[in-house]
Amino acid sequence: MLTLQIGVLGILASIAIGIVCTMIQYFKVPFVRKAVSVYVEISRNTPLLIQLFFIYYGLPKIGIRTNPYACGVAGLAFLGGSYMTEAFRSGIEAVDRVQTESAASLGLSGIQILRYVIFPQALTISFPAFMANVIFLLKETSVFSAISLMDLMFTAKDLIGLYYQTTESLFLLVVFYLLILLPVSVLGSIIERRMRYAGFGS
Amino acid sequence: MAEKEMTELKKGAPLLVVDHLTKRFADLTVLDGISLTVHEGEVIVIVGPSGCGKSTLLRCLNALEDIQGGEILLHGERISQNNKNLTELRQRVGMVFQSYELFPHLNVLDNILLAPTRVQKRKREEVKEEAMALLARIGLESKAESFPRQLSGGQKQRVAIIRALCMHPEVMLFDEVTAALDPEMVREVLDVILELANQGKTMLIVTHEMQFARAIADRVIFLNEGGICEEGPPEEFFDHPKTERAKQFLQTFTFSRKRS
Amino acid sequence: MPDLGLNVLFKGKNLARLLGGLGVALKISLLSVVISIVLGIVVGLLMTWKNPISRALMRCYLEIVRIMPQMVLLFLVYFGTTRIFGWNLSGETSSVIVFSFWGAAEMGDLVRGALISIPRHQYESAAALGLSGGQTYRYIVLPQTVRRLIPLSMNLITRMIKTTSLVLMIGVVEVLKVSQQIIEANRMSSPNAAFGVYLTVFALYFFACWPISLLAGFLEKRWR
Repeated sequence: MLTLQIGVLGILASIAIGIVCTMIQYFKVPFVRKAVSVYVEISRNTPLLIQLFFIYYGLPKIGIRTNPYACGVAGLAFLGGSYMTEAFRSGIEAVDRVQTESAASLGLSGIQILRYVIFPQALTISFPAFMANVIFLLKETSVFSAISLMDLMFTAKDLIGLYYQTTESLFLLVVFYLLILLPVSVLGSIIERRMRYAGFGS
Repeated sequence: MAEKEMTELKKGAPLLVVDHLTKRFADLTVLDGISLTVHEGEVIVIVGPSGCGKSTLLRCLNALEDIQGGEILLHGERISQNNKNLTELRQRVGMVFQSYELFPHLNVLDNILLAPTRVQKRKREEVKEEAMALLARIGLESKAESFPRQLSGGQKQRVAIIRALCMHPEVMLFDEVTAALDPEMVREVLDVILELANQGKTMLIVTHEMQFARAIADRVIFLNEGGICEEGPPEEFFDHPKTERAKQFLQTFTFSRKRS
Repeated sequence: MPDLGLNVLFKGKNLARLLGGLGVALKISLLSVVISIVLGIVVGLLMTWKNPISRALMRCYLEIVRIMPQMVLLFLVYFGTTRIFGWNLSGETSSVIVFSFWGAAEMGDLVRGALISIPRHQYESAAALGLSGGQTYRYIVLPQTVRRLIPLSMNLITRMIKTTSLVLMIGVVEVLKVSQQIIEANRMSSPNAAFGVYLTVFALYFFACWPISLLAGFLEKRWR
């Protein structure tokens, strides 16, 4: 169950990072905004496994110690944060600029526009991308075995080594991921359909 | 009926003063030193060929564009993007867009109530009563709970007008509000605007509907290449245009076929 | 200044070995991409085909690929085939099989998306001009589809390159494996090698993927 725990924590952290970064980009905060785009590029263009190796084996050499658990969450959050940022950003960009203008012409302030006009619309638009990211991140948890975590994958590999009962352990592995990911995927598409019918499309 | 009374009121205090307004997009000058005074209760129709800057002018009046020269004064207070009171000023200037821009995630009533309750902090019940009365006036009270996507274009645009009206603006700006509509829906929207004129609302209207312009305007402004080319009462402008450019423009609305 | 372990890189042929490892990763991903594109077009056409059975089958295929982590697929093919069929696939072959299997589904979905994104009016106006079915595809549909597809498939390529980091788990000697070897070999002389070497690998992957991402973003904007 470690996989799931790390997955959930990492995803929550990703969402938080995503929201913060999106806000920074939306309000065009000087300098910090540049840092956000550098972060997004770096995180999106490197594999999670390398990120984890670097955090787990590399960072302790310059004095930053982590335990496997925290490393897993941090790695997932580092990777997921940028994916969530992209999802939220594209949602916000998809809301027509004239919507902002018409809200402004009614006297709404910048924050009010974001809260009452942009955000509710962006949420629906970015939901499919958001859900895809959740599934993607849960899948990525399979990578953790590499950093000596008592993870699902790791257990399977151990079993392969110890008993050579490959078929059975692989079968269990597949079943386990199906058990975690299938419901998430199905739930995602149900919510997506609900949202689409719940009063949208101009 | 009410029209007569209005003409009396027309020469009230200047409500909106535009003084040598200049707007540039990079190197392109869109508005070139426009000056214009709007009195209370006056209905001004702005016409002109596409690209002449009429929409940009309206957008400047609501500070949706930054301006490069001149100033815009509403009762003496400056409208500009760096005015700290911008949101307060925008409440006093209502605007209706070509593409309606109702908020798709809110139903008709919530679309109307959003700004009065959140921005002006008025009581929801009170605004709701007003909104329902206005909706009844245009025959849409049964649509109060509908979502924008369930309405026709004409209905959406009428709701958008009411949404702006509920903020009690001192002046209303209409930016080609019928341009995106099917022909049979144009009338229902123009009728609403006509009724507002009869009630004495101050309005600036950009439109391509020349007959409507003629009927509603107190003054017609013909904009060409970023400047006011001609202005005057509608009868004079439409029947005896003074400039060559205006004659040409008006001719684009009449058709004839050469027969041999 | 603390020892960052970067000096290890310049010892002997270490840097060249790392680059060689990256080469293996790139080789696997490029090979898989080519196979994926070819198969993906077929899969995409099958997905838009009005036959309900082929559509259902393709749907299942896509869902399975989407849901199964690549690592699990790698294990399945590498260990599973040995166990069940007695085949002895090399790590590289297994990786290409898995990546192509995965890529074809993703590519197919992209092809499907591009095909259905072309409005019906385009077909109708082509027909109204008297173009035949083949001509419609050749002159109208294909050029528009390709423009939509190229940036998206480039993103798929970067995803593949990134995923190749996993193949070390089934014994392929690529960048990460090489770095482990280098770090291990120099454990005594430079104990901090892990930082420098992994940082380098990090940078290598970044500079392999980033230009492709940039180009994809550029093309997407330009062809919109």
